[in-house]
Amino acid sequence: MTIIQFVLLGAALFSIGLYGVLTRKNAVLVLASVEVMLAAVNVNLVAFDVYLGDASHAGQIMTLFLIALAAAEVGIGIAIVLLVFRNRRSANIDELDVMRF
Amino acid sequence: MTITFGDWITEIANWVFLAIALPTLGAAVLVVSAKNIVRAVLALVVTLAGTAALFLMLGAEFVGWTIVLVYIGAVIILFLIGIMITRAPLTKNADLSQPISMRVPAALLSVILFAVIGGAVAASFGGAAIPLPDEATTTASIGETLFTNWVIPFEVVSFVLLAALIGGIALARQDPAEEGEV
Amino acid sequence: MFAALTPFLAAFAFLSEEGGHEVHAGDGGALAQWAWLIVVVPVVITFLIVFFGKKSPLKGWGMATFGMAFVAVYGAVLAWVNLQEGILYEGAIDIGKIGPFALQWGWVVDGLSIMMYFLVGIVGFLVFVYAKGYMKGDVRYTWFFAAFSLFAGGMLVLVSAPNLIQLIVGWELVGVSSYLLIAHYWEDFDNVDAGNKAFMTNKIADVGLFIGAIIMALSAGSFQFSEIFSRMIEGHTLLAQFGFWAGLALFIGAMGKSAQFPFHVWLPDAMAGPTPVSALMHAATMVTAGIYLIARLFPFYQMPEFAGNVDSYIVVIGAITLFFMGLLAIVQDDIKKVLAYSTVSQLGYMMAAMGVGAYSAGLFHLFTHAFFKSLLFLGAGSVIHAVHSNNMSDMGGLRKYMPATFWTFLIGTAALIGLFPFAGFWSKDEIIASAYYNASTDPTAAAWFMVILSIAGAFITAFYMARAVSLTFFGEYNGHGHPHESPKIMTIPLMGLAAFAAFAGFLNMPGITETFIEWVTVRAFPISEHHFTAPNWALISIVTPIVLIALGIGFWLFRPKETQAARDTFDIPVLYPLLEHKYYIDDFYMDGIIRPTMGPLADGTLWIDENIVDAVPNLAGGAAKHVAAAVNTVDQNAVDGVYNSVSAGTGAAGGFLRKALTGRVQQYAAMSFAGVVIIAALFMIF
Repeated sequence: MTIIQFVLLGAALFSIGLYGVLTRKNAVLVLASVEVMLAAVNVNLVAFDVYLGDASHAGQIMTLFLIALAAAEVGIGIAIVLLVFRNRRSANIDELDVMRF
Repeated sequence: MTITFGDWITEIANWVFLAIALPTLGAAVLVVSAKNIVRAVLALVVTLAGTAALFLMLGAEFVGWTIVLVYIGAVIILFLIGIMITRAPLTKNADLSQPISMRVPAALLSVILFAVIGGAVAASFGGAAIPLPDEATTTASIGETLFTNWVIPFEVVSFVLLAALIGGIALARQDPAEEGEV
Repeated sequence: MFAALTPFLAAFAFLSEEGGHEVHAGDGGALAQWAWLIVVVPVVITFLIVFFGKKSPLKGWGMATFGMAFVAVYGAVLAWVNLQEGILYEGAIDIGKIGPFALQWGWVVDGLSIMMYFLVGIVGFLVFVYAKGYMKGDVRYTWFFAAFSLFAGGMLVLVSAPNLIQLIVGWELVGVSSYLLIAHYWEDFDNVDAGNKAFMTNKIADVGLFIGAIIMALSAGSFQFSEIFSRMIEGHTLLAQFGFWAGLALFIGAMGKSAQFPFHVWLPDAMAGPTPVSALMHAATMVTAGIYLIARLFPFYQMPEFAGNVDSYIVVIGAITLFFMGLLAIVQDDIKKVLAYSTVSQLGYMMAAMGVGAYSAGLFHLFTHAFFKSLLFLGAGSVIHAVHSNNMSDMGGLRKYMPATFWTFLIGTAALIGLFPFAGFWSKDEIIASAYYNASTDPTAAAWFMVILSIAGAFITAFYMARAVSLTFFGEYNGHGHPHESPKIMTIPLMGLAAFAAFAGFLNMPGITETFIEWVTVRAFPISEHHFTAPNWALISIVTPIVLIALGIGFWLFRPKETQAARDTFDIPVLYPLLEHKYYIDDFYMDGIIRPTMGPLADGTLWIDENIVDAVPNLAGGAAKHVAAAVNTVDQNAVDGVYNSVSAGTGAAGGFLRKALTGRVQQYAAMSFAGVVIIAALFMIF
């Protein structure tokens, strides 16, 4: 097995996730796409951890932290989506264009 | 140690890898393109399960099972709850994605991004072999390093989670005044 | 894990015997091993109050007071054992590692920390009892006691710290709970401002503390105080090289918490909190933290080969603070502010004492000051409770209405100004004598400066206290309603503190008793300081008449007159406006530093937002269009067609850019990602 196969898988997952973030209308699905991107990062971290044979398992620990942060991110993200939905009766982010001047 | 394509294709572990990675990628594509919202979220389960399986393959057992427990167990439920509460249409619905005029540039951007990253890695690592460990990383060793070398980040993460908890409550809580109006 | 360091400390005790100063110390046995309870009990009680306080029969007051009583009793027992056989103990639990630095939570039990345990416990207990009466009917009664308990608990974390990290944790706990307490009445915006001011001023000084701790740890190789001291014995070269900067930065941190000039600005404003908070904050906790830090590191500051001449900076800052901040107390109308500036001034005494090498004299003043200043604050609180105003112009003649408050306040005043035989007499004279001894053995300008200012400070102290007592308790009552004596729950703590204020001085009478010195010099590192074997009668015969004269002038100037306004007139040209505006230091901070930084920062970001971010599409199209149009009219005939097309093109570009900013997040995300990809690709290619 080579390191590059894992990294390429990570890159592919990341790009797919990016596509989802850019094209999904539904805010929940945008968050799901972000999760795909985070999974790609996790794959990279663990693969390099094994590749470098790090004694302190930096990659795996970082992955654990990332999982915790991603959980927090989803929690907050869903809360924001709920709030937006409550105010505007829609979870579609393309209707959120009040940032336009 | 570099590995040629001939060696690569004959190694049985790589077939296992492909057997995991291809469905993972397929499911990821489904996450970003499915027309049924529930199906998209369930595809996310497959994607994450695929990464968890890869972690098990790499000997990162604790991380793999954490993914299963935390992501597939909890985060997905959160997503489903989010879908239920925002009353997303549960049938096949074409209105989940942006129109084609937005999708094509996005797809182009994603492909270029993949090409850039892939090119960079290929140039740097080539066919460098990944030394698979003889035995899996034990939970004990993860715990040991987590609470010695990484104890400060660990504490910081716990603060972030606390902040997220409070923030989530503060955001999603129904305003009492608002409730009176409705 | 427990007691891992005790053999190490025993070695120190041996060393200190060699140093000529005998320290007989045991390890305190189980009593010291369980001393972590002192720290844990108040902190746990804080959480208990937060969760169960409202449902408990005493609404949290009982739990908080029990915690303080526990600390006081434990501290007293430790102090007793310490006096009998000496206690040197350091317990520690490993909680992690950062690189080469071990992180430990520990508890030091030695003379210095025992003194602080006892002080925080006993003063805290009496103040908590008093607060039950003072805070009666408060909307956030339970919450107040939770924050109060955390405040004392944070201080105990700080004084029990065997290393700089834990000290910083306690330091910040004290800081954050003081913020909560100062801004307790947050419905009034001024109080929130005061809380912010205290927090921010402390934060600025805390940068010094952090930098000092980091320099110290990097050069000595450890955050542990005992390790740092053992590096000093070895003559560590790296520490000697950076010791000055570490010492200076740590001193800046201490200046913030102990409200030394120029960081004193927060303390008078911190009066916005409820009076019991002021009493505890100004006596046993918070402001003593800085003095404690210097005392803990005293051996370090004593060695010029490590700390350089930081001690002379300490003397100068302390002397400036004690004199000039005392002057400010003269012009205050708010009785709590008089006491607040008085606290700053007394802290100056303590700090300067540390600088001149008078370790036990400085700590002794800290000890006695805690009693009489909390007594004075609680007395002021009792008065404020009765007349519903902080201003002395609304008081007057209260002697007749509130006898218990009046007599205890008088005892506190006598102790503060240093009248024989009250506590302040013994502690302040010891500081002045030490300053004089220091100046006579090492005659530098700074040393004599300190002697003169400390004697002048005694004069000022007596003067402003005479003014405060006269305006508050003598003459005719000027306020509204009928003042009445406070309930017993408030006067009994006053009497308890008055007893301490009257008699605590007997713990350390030069030549007669040396109890206090024996108490606080039980330390793991020898404290070298001069011991007085007899009171310095020459100095006493100067200082005491000066104090009496100041009292006389004060009472005469502010004697009862026909109207309160007539009593308030006290006008010295130039000096008076200077004092009234607090030397313009607060104004300078506000107008000289905060507004010039904050205003342009806010304006700048607003400007960028309005003019650059918003205007790019407008400008690109609009401006170019205008230019094109202008040129068009000038040279309409010649290059009409060309310009027309250019103008139209740029106009179109502007329109396009305008469209690009649609307000849709995903398009923004796509653009920024495209930028990243382009940059990454460029890196790859080149």
